[in-house]
Amino acid sequence: MDTLPIYVRDHAEGQLLPWNNQLEAAERFGVSLAQVEDVALERGILPARYQRNRKTLSISDQLSLFRSRVAVIGCGGLGGYVVEELARMGVGNIVVIDPDVFEEHNLNRQLFSSPANLGTAKVEAASRRIREINPAVTLVPVQAAFSAMNGEELLAGCQLAVDALDTISTRLELAEVCASLRIPLVHGAIAGWFGHVTTQFPGDDTLQTIYGTWKTGKGVEQTLGNPSFTPAVIASLEVAEVCKLLTGQGTPLRGRQLMIDLFSMEMDILNVPEGRRETK
Amino acid sequence: MIVTVKLFASFRTGRFDIETVDYPAGTTVADVADRLRLPHSELGIMMINSRHVKLDRELAEGDTLALFPLLGGG
Repeated sequence: MDTLPIYVRDHAEGQLLPWNNQLEAAERFGVSLAQVEDVALERGILPARYQRNRKTLSISDQLSLFRSRVAVIGCGGLGGYVVEELARMGVGNIVVIDPDVFEEHNLNRQLFSSPANLGTAKVEAASRRIREINPAVTLVPVQAAFSAMNGEELLAGCQLAVDALDTISTRLELAEVCASLRIPLVHGAIAGWFGHVTTQFPGDDTLQTIYGTWKTGKGVEQTLGNPSFTPAVIASLEVAEVCKLLTGQGTPLRGRQLMIDLFSMEMDILNVPEGRRETK
Repeated sequence: MIVTVKLFASFRTGRFDIETVDYPAGTTVADVADRLRLPHSELGIMMINSRHVKLDRELAEGDTLALFPLLGGG
């Protein structure tokens, strides 16, 4: 009798499984596209949609990504691009957390926003978009505000979290939740032409250090706003960090903060001490 | 007391990228920010000689102070 693994093997072209064959396999065996993808990757067959990932990512890297669960906290400027890139790259499970609906002032930069989407929950729009661009990916939409109270529950089972928030106080809560869950946190923040990225590893106090002087309120984004290109740049750098962390290759920004100035076109690396701070 | 002040991102607008300044002994990071009319609420990372410092830190001869605005958007 024909089985799914045999079907996948017989319907691969070389090492690639064409999309139509992935669809047919799911239909024929009554399984999800995700299950077909898992079976294929486990047998060294790459869904053809990922063929340009090759050389950057091996098939076993691709399987690691597919079996990963990543939380994206915030689904606005940064979060839209982060979710899109994670799904296209092939991260199999994405939890997206944001309480908001799209408003007109989001339209200049937030990837999932459109005039037709105004008033729609951002996480719902993300869910629709991901079903459209990569239906093998499971997106878990959570229309709620992240906090220290619900954080551990929302992030349970995630290998890492991506900071796409717009509030410093919530970022610091997220950093604490990640510290207690002992998962890495990829951090990004933007304002105007400027942004920064770093990765907090378990045992490090990175966000406490970089926001150590913050007392209350927003940053200079309040006056500078956020144009279309800055979130795309910073989100892409965050996804590059995620890719390295999930596949165990390359050198992430541990103990280093990358400062990006798109106005002067300058990038600086600042050292951030590793480890927990002695005094709070 | 000669110190070097480096400004980053939006702090450069209407000011400078880098300047060498003669400040009186005992000048703190907060004093420098005030002279440059940088609101304390907009101050993000502050470093002297590549180490994180706070507003009350006094500068010393030959120090390089780097000031970055607070970025919190997403």
